[in-house]
Amino acid sequence: MATDGEAINDPLLKVISSKKEENYYVNRLRYKVSIKNLDAWFGTKQVLKNINLDIKSNVATAIIGPSGCGKTTLIRCLNRMHEMTLGASAKGCVVIDNNTNIYDKSVDPVIIKRRIGMVFQKPNPFPTMSVFDNVAAGLKLNGVRDKRLINDIVEESLKSAALWDEVKNELDKPGIGLSGGQQQRLCIARALAMQPEVLLMDEPTSALDPIASSKIEELIHALKKEVTIITVTHNMLQAARVADFTAFMYIGELIEYGPTNQIFKTPHKELTERYISGKFG
Amino acid sequence: MIAAACYTLLMIALVVFSVGNGSKDILLKEGFFGFLTGTDWNSVEDRESYGALPYIVGTLISSALAMAIGVPISLGIAIFLSEMAPTKISVPLSFIVELLAAVPSIIYGLWALFVFRFWVRDLIEEPLHNMFGGSIPFFAQTPFGLDVFTTGIVLAIMIIPIVSSISREIIKAVPNTQREAAYSLGATRWETTRIAVFPYAKSGLLGAAILGLGRAIGETILVTMIIGNTIGVAAIPVSLFSQSQTLASLIANEFNEASSDLQLSALIGLGVVLLILTMGINVGARLLVSRMVKVSAGARE
Amino acid sequence: MREETSGQNSSNNQKIQDIMSRRYNRRRVLDKIVSVFAIACVLAAIIPLGSILLEVIRNGASAISIQLLTQPPGAIGATLESSGGIAPAIQGTLIVVGLASVIGIPIGILAGIYLSEFASGTRLFPSAVRLFNDVLTGLPSVVIGIVGYITIVLAVGSFSVLAGAFSLSIIMIPIVVRITEETLKVVPNSIREAGYSLGISKWKITLFIVLKSAKSGVLTGIVLAISRIAGETAPLIMTILGTSLFFSSFTKPIDALPLRIWRLASQPYDTAHSQGWGAALLLIVIVLISSVVLRLLAQRKGFKVKAVHV
Repeated sequence: MATDGEAINDPLLKVISSKKEENYYVNRLRYKVSIKNLDAWFGTKQVLKNINLDIKSNVATAIIGPSGCGKTTLIRCLNRMHEMTLGASAKGCVVIDNNTNIYDKSVDPVIIKRRIGMVFQKPNPFPTMSVFDNVAAGLKLNGVRDKRLINDIVEESLKSAALWDEVKNELDKPGIGLSGGQQQRLCIARALAMQPEVLLMDEPTSALDPIASSKIEELIHALKKEVTIITVTHNMLQAARVADFTAFMYIGELIEYGPTNQIFKTPHKELTERYISGKFG
Repeated sequence: MIAAACYTLLMIALVVFSVGNGSKDILLKEGFFGFLTGTDWNSVEDRESYGALPYIVGTLISSALAMAIGVPISLGIAIFLSEMAPTKISVPLSFIVELLAAVPSIIYGLWALFVFRFWVRDLIEEPLHNMFGGSIPFFAQTPFGLDVFTTGIVLAIMIIPIVSSISREIIKAVPNTQREAAYSLGATRWETTRIAVFPYAKSGLLGAAILGLGRAIGETILVTMIIGNTIGVAAIPVSLFSQSQTLASLIANEFNEASSDLQLSALIGLGVVLLILTMGINVGARLLVSRMVKVSAGARE
Repeated sequence: MREETSGQNSSNNQKIQDIMSRRYNRRRVLDKIVSVFAIACVLAAIIPLGSILLEVIRNGASAISIQLLTQPPGAIGATLESSGGIAPAIQGTLIVVGLASVIGIPIGILAGIYLSEFASGTRLFPSAVRLFNDVLTGLPSVVIGIVGYITIVLAVGSFSVLAGAFSLSIIMIPIVVRITEETLKVVPNSIREAGYSLGISKWKITLFIVLKSAKSGVLTGIVLAISRIAGETAPLIMTILGTSLFFSSFTKPIDALPLRIWRLASQPYDTAHSQGWGAALLLIVIVLISSVVLRLLAQRKGFKVKAVHV
């Protein structure tokens, strides 16, 4: 995680000549995901129109908007899951760390998913696997065999997902034996075990009760120090609670994007203002 | 409506009662165990004796062959149609596979008798016999194409449509969120099938395979046409290319020409053995399946 | 350029990144191999089908003639002109299968609806019905023929249409029950609940809403069942016996296509074999056409494509 102080000492920046240039590079380095001119379709119906969005590192960014605005489609484009649906397609650039365009022809979509993890709306642990095996699933799948390493990472991930204390004595129990909120944290742990750089969350709390939801929201606050989080939510208040930056979308277009405070207190666009104050959506 | 449901129970009762009653003569005479292990099939008056063992062996071997060949192929087809093929291909192909199930077994029999046996004999059996006949007893006898081996292969073809189309439905019923979970962890398509689909669908897939086994064991007409129809001890296959006889095929061959009540009773006795085999498979499979269903019950909303 | 986090995490991270990259190629190759295997399996099924259809058409087409279709069988081993035809068998199949369906389909569907809609999973009676239905599905058709023999042939005193239809219906019912129940079960509960919330009675919901959305599945099940029994030979051997005469009464023997083919195939004469192929062609045409037609109808009448997300 690059803070201001560390960036200035970074050898890469030693050739910078002025403060302005320095700021420019520092800022650019801190964009984890840069979305440029992204379009997406389901068949012939265009659902994303020319999205341009720069997501910063190690913050939580929320994407809000009314039903049908394309927010879920947008994050599914970010780990190339969107095109896996029959008839779906996407075009444009999504650049990670300023060096990899995941839509480039040379990039294997399967490998991308190791760097960009995803948590789904409805918790989906593998029902035939235990808690431990669920978290370890991604590791084992990708060829990690070292038992001690796996044990370490599983414990670490469950701790990051604030689930360790609740399951540490029951790691062998089936994953679906947990409550809804616990299952969702299990899925988060499973995604975290892959050590992703970005974690996409598609309405992670909409299937959960309020208590479980707030646990997940706390989790997001803690997690964003380790991973860049991009979460879709239809609950504006949740976005206000959880996100550092918010993007507002409407019918496939990005209407406004900025620090959460600014979006909610002093939105620049009228459409944003109307949505925030509940006039529609 | 309840009456309609009762009809099922009635039929079972009828089946059990009628074959039980019909076979009591032979079972009293030879004893149940004696009948199961006997190898005679002698209908000469005053020296009648009947035993089911050769046909039990024939049935088991031909069905085992059918499963060994047919189930993997069916799974492969199910995977291809549900996970791999784009709709443009999978829709017509699945249509074709379902049509395979519509071909009556008598027609499989005709084809196997007049066409396929020559393929098997020339392309598989003779080469195997020539290469390994001396060393491996499985391939020792001279192959004619009408034997337990060909029977096994054709039975495999016959169970493919059932096993694969049910497997396909089962696989399709696995929720997509499971697959997405696997993909989001960086799984390839086969790996997603392996860790997200198969474990979830395990019980259903087993059920599909068992249905196939049941079909293979009970298949009658095809077998009468290509297994060689030997009787008694000669019906016990000593190699893959032996002629043999199954429980079902002997019943079909001799039922209308049974020369005595005792022989008829013996044939019905074969039916009892067949029944026990089949019911055993079904009930056993059901127990297995219900145990596995409990696992995925929680995730099934 | 990866994120730098605290010491332990990043070294674990580095280790697994290396391992994952190294293992990936092998996994990709395996994926391709499985794809090839799956395609090979499809071919393994299609090639025999193609061969069967080809042979039946090739050998059967030359045998089809007015004589074949309208004449009763002639003497065994006779020349082509005096070998007659298979007309009684054609008639017999239609009658016996028809009668069996009339018995079997209503019972099967009703029982299937009962099991799916009116009986919850673990009560004794429905569980027993399900269990025994499953057992019935797996019963060998010869055994069912034996049952038909003992029940009807011995009772009526002779091999008969009734015995054959009875046996075939025993085969048919469990298939229809199972597929009806399975198909109805797949209809999502939200549809039923929507009906309840509108105050519609359970009967109507089942009949008009649930059954409707499961229609194509149920229809496919019925077609499968009919095709299955139309081609069944074994249960007919000891129930209808087969004859060279046309239909006279429900309590007399009758011929049927599968039975006739079987008998013809076992004769050593070419004319007999040729007639057999002709009969086979007929049988396959009946069976496949009904399969295809009903399947297409079912598709058109309402299989919706899966939903798409926002």
